Order: sequence, then C-alpha cells, then structure tokens
Amino acid sequence: MTDAQAGPAGPAEPELHRHFDATIARDQRIEPRDWMPDGYRNTLIRQIAQHAHSEIIGMQPEGEWITRAPSLRRKAILFAKVQDEAGHGLYLYSAAETLGADRADLTERLIAGRQKYSSIFNYPTPTFADVGVIGWFVDGAAICNQVPLCRSSYGPYARAMVRICKEESFHQRQGYELLMTMMRGTDAQREMVQDAVNRWWWPSLMMFGPPDDNSPNSAASMAWKIKRHSNDELRQRFVDMTVPQAEKLGVTLPDPELRWNEERGRHDFGTPDWDELMRVIKGGGPCNAQRVERRRSAHEDGAWVRQAAAAHAAKQQARAAGRQTPGPGRQTPAAEQQTPAAERSTDAHEGAAV
Amino acid sequence: MSDDHVYMTLAEGHDDSDARWAFGTGFEDPLHGVDTTVPAGVDREDLAALCLALGDDALVSAQRLAEWTTRAPELEEEVALANIGLDLLGQARLLYARCGQADGTGRGEDAYAYFRDPDDFRNVRLAELPNGDFAFSVVRLLVLSSWRLAHFERLTRDPDPVLAAVAAKGVKELAYHRQWAAEWAVRLGDGTEESRRRTQAALGQVAPYLGELFSAFDVRDEVVAVLGQVTEAAGLSMPAWQPLPGRGREGRHTEHLAPLLAELQSVARAHPGATW
Repeated sequence: MTDAQAGPAGPAEPELHRHFDATIARDQRIEPRDWMPDGYRNTLIRQIAQHAHSEIIGMQPEGEWITRAPSLRRKAILFAKVQDEAGHGLYLYSAAETLGADRADLTERLIAGRQKYSSIFNYPTPTFADVGVIGWFVDGAAICNQVPLCRSSYGPYARAMVRICKEESFHQRQGYELLMTMMRGTDAQREMVQDAVNRWWWPSLMMFGPPDDNSPNSAASMAWKIKRHSNDELRQRFVDMTVPQAEKLGVTLPDPELRWNEERGRHDFGTPDWDELMRVIKGGGPCNAQRVERRRSAHEDGAWVRQAAAAHAAKQQARAAGRQTPGPGRQTPAAEQQTPAAERSTDAHEGAAV
Repeated sequence: MSDDHVYMTLAEGHDDSDARWAFGTGFEDPLHGVDTTVPAGVDREDLAALCLALGDDALVSAQRLAEWTTRAPELEEEVALANIGLDLLGQARLLYARCGQADGTGRGEDAYAYFRDPDDFRNVRLAELPNGDFAFSVVRLLVLSSWRLAHFERLTRDPDPVLAAVAAKGVKELAYHRQWAAEWAVRLGDGTEESRRRTQAALGQVAPYLGELFSAFDVRDEVVAVLGQVTEAAGLSMPAWQPLPGRGREGRHTEHLAPLLAELQSVARAHPGATW
C-alpha cells in the first residue's frame, strides 16, 4: 500500500504533497496513479471497504424475503434490488483495488470481524413491510450519505457512487411505493407498516454515524474532501426529507420530540440511543453473528468453486503457452499473472513523477 | 450544487402511472404491438396447458435460483444467478398472463403462482429438486436451459402471436443461461479433482430426470448433442440413465415441491384480500 511513494529518482515527498494538496484545493480528482499520502489512501480503503461490505451484508435482511414475496411483481423488484446490491459491492471492491487493496483479503477481514459494515444490517426483518421500510429509510439515508460522495476527491470512488446513487434512488422509490400500496390495503397491512416504521426509524438515524463532536475520523475526511458534509448535517437533511413523506404515507414517526422549528426552518428531533449504536457496532446487535456467519459460510462453501476456476484458468494458460512457445523458458501461469501487478507499481512511480 | 438537486428530487411525490418498474431484468415490453387476441384455429385449452407448464418450469426454477442469493461462491456468480432467476421469473409472468387469457378465466399471474396447490403445478421434477451444491445447480441449469432453448426456438414460429413473442424474448435469455452453465461445467470438470468429482456426480443425479424432459418436448437430439459437447470439453462423461417413473407434467411431483411452494405462497396466503 505504500508502493506509490516516490522512488529515489522521483520528486521529493514535500513537493508531491504540495501537488496533492493543490489538487484537492482546486476540487480536482485524485486518480489511482497519482501520489497520495498514506493516511489518505488508508482512510479511503477503510471507507470503501466498509461501504462494499455494507452492500454485501445488506443483501441479507431483504434477501430473506425474495422467496416469500407476496406477488410476482414484488418478487421481481426485490430480486433485482438485491442483485443491484451485489453489483454495488463489486464496483466498490474494484474501487478499493485501485488503491492496492485485494478483494479476497478484504473479504477475509470482514469475516474475521476486523472490518465493519453498516450497523443497520444487524437488525432483523420479521415482516414483508420491512422490505418497504428498508427501501424508504435505509436507502434514503444511504442516498443522503452517498450523493455528496459523487463529488468525493478520489475519482474511482466518486464515479462508482454516481451509478450507485442512481440505483439507490430507484430502490427508495420502490420501497416507498410498496408502503403506499400496503397502506391502501387491509388493517393488518397498515399495522405491519407502522410497526416496521417504529423499528427502523432510530437505527436509520444512527446510519449517519455518531454526533459530530464524537466522530473520530470525520475531520481528516472532510479536509481531504473524501467526505463533504458532517454526520449531523446529513442526519438533519434526512429528517427534513422524510417527515413530509411520512405524512403523505399516513404513518407516525416514533419520536415525541419531532416538530418543525420555524426559526431554524428545519425539524427538531430527539437524540438516538448512542449506547445502542455502540453496542451494535461492537457486535451486540440482534443479527451481527448471523450476518457474518452467512457471509463466512457462503465464502467457505464456495472455496472449491473458486479453486476450480483458478485451476482451470491456469491449465488453459499453460495449454495456450504450450501451443505458442513450446519448450523450456516459457513463463509459468503464476508468473504471468503477477506481471500486471508489477507493471502497476512501476506506473505508480511514473505517475507520481509527472 | 448538482448533488443537492439530485437529492431534493428524491423527496418529490410520484404517481403510480409507472407501476411496472420491474419486469424481468429489462424494461422493454416484449408484447408491445402484439395482438393478444387468441387467433381462431388455436386450441385454447392446449395453449393454456402449454403456457402453464412452461410458466411453472420457469417459476420453480426462479425460486430455486433465488435461494442462492447471498450464498453464491463469488460476487460475479451472485449477480449472474440473480440475472438468470429474474429472466425466468419474467418468462413465468408473461406465460401465466397468457394462460389466463387462453383458459378463459382471466386470472392474473399471481392467481397461478400463489393460489394453486402442488398437485396443480405442471413443472418437470428436475426444476423442483433442491439446489444441492454449485455443481448440481450448474448441471441442472445446463440441462434445463438447453432443453427450454430448443423448445423456445420452435415456439418462435407458434401460431399464437403472444407465445411466439414470449419465446422470441426468451431465446436470447436462454442462450445466455446455457452459455453461463456450459462455461461453468467446463471450468468445474477441468478444474480440480474435487470439482471434477462433484460435477460428474451432479450429472449422475440429473440423468434419471432426462426422460421426463424428452417426453414433454421432443427436442431430445438437440439437448443430447449439447450435453455431449459440453461434457466432452469438460472431460466428463454422460452417464447412461434409466428414466424415473412419475411425471411433473401430470402433477406427480417429488416431495420437494410442496415445501418450495409453501414458502413461496406463505405471505400471500396469510393475507387474503391484501394488495401488494
């Protein structure tokens, strides 16, 4: 991860740092070949990996309902949504790989509990209304968090976020539309919707992270323009966006302190239970163990498949090499596979020198 | 800033005129411009029975593919399996809708999917078998997609214009499903000793159900040719098979269909009179 630092022949680090700072100051993008401080690189890897893990773990709470969706149209919508999340995970792992991370390694870290994912996915989904409320609240909150990331200073991340945000906004509409339909249905359906709203409201507010005065990583991320708005600002936006939608839907948000503040032109609202957030982050949520265990078993059960694919690819390469350059001196498949990585690290030095 | 604009538009209300957001994986209507009147000379009962059988094969297969969600060996396969499941789900929906028009009941897709009992389902039994390991799912998909593709190619010339249009859309999808399954069969057959053993075992598990497929549609030669080609490329051998008695097309199923349907239908049946 530190191979992008300038070699002896390149410009001195202070000069590279000035160039980097100037790029950030001009609101221009940092690209994979550019020199960047280790702190910036590591912060990005941590954030993008967490985001990728969240997409993949986030498939589980809703994915439980694909086989039980109560109409074929809802089944198709939900199946496609969960598939989109797998796609988002893929783009994001790819973005992390542009920084020198490796998808398999990040997956191992997730399974070992050494990297986090969004705590919201540690809550259960006991009814089908949860599918709608997750779309409305969780995708809504994700959009509030992520739309500003489309202008993040790191190019590959920002570009991945543009596509992801478009799809997330589609999901949010679909979730809201499901709830609208359910609210026009039976009393039992309306009760399901209100119950799901009650359960998901506070965890959704926690998705924006701890309050600004207790957010350890925020300041550096803001300075580097990885992050553009503070946790509290984004939380406020989410509340202001959601209140009129709740009214239109006909549900009550479970916060007695929630009211319009004429002076501020924004809503006042209660304080989430930050102890609960810390408990869930540390593994004490209702589904933490279950979520990681599913990811672990899928990964381990699939190991023989991935090994088979790698073995087949190696045999194919060997067969092709055998046809083209028979005799001694030909590269082994493993050596061939390593060549692009070696080129990449050379490029990083050259990129830094420009 | 532009991001604030994007953000604000999310809060805007929307009407329900674009209610068909998800229809398979694409958004084009395969029946656009197709006359849905059942033509004179087409036997309605036969047409309905065929649409129902093909719809059931697709729905049951899609349900099994959905079970792979969050359990696939790699993210790329997570996406691919969902793609294939969504294609088949889309086919089932179109076929059920046509069934309701042809049988004169006017029933919608959900009536067929959610409010029939296992005896009323007409899918072949191979589709309802549990997923097993990745090798079994791949080999089953290879067989079912080759079989369905061969049949759909003929149906593109069916006298019923709706069935012909559904088949024309399906042919493109099924060609991809078969390609995906064939590539994996080759990888697994050629890969490691374990993958080879598992894939050869899967062929043995699938083989007894082949007879039922060929008695349903006479496309035996095409399917056997495809399987021969793929197994050869994979270094596997197609086992000799004895057809098992019983036919899904007559409503005689394995013990695996009832629990599959119980899960599929559970929410819909728990809320009579609800709209989703």
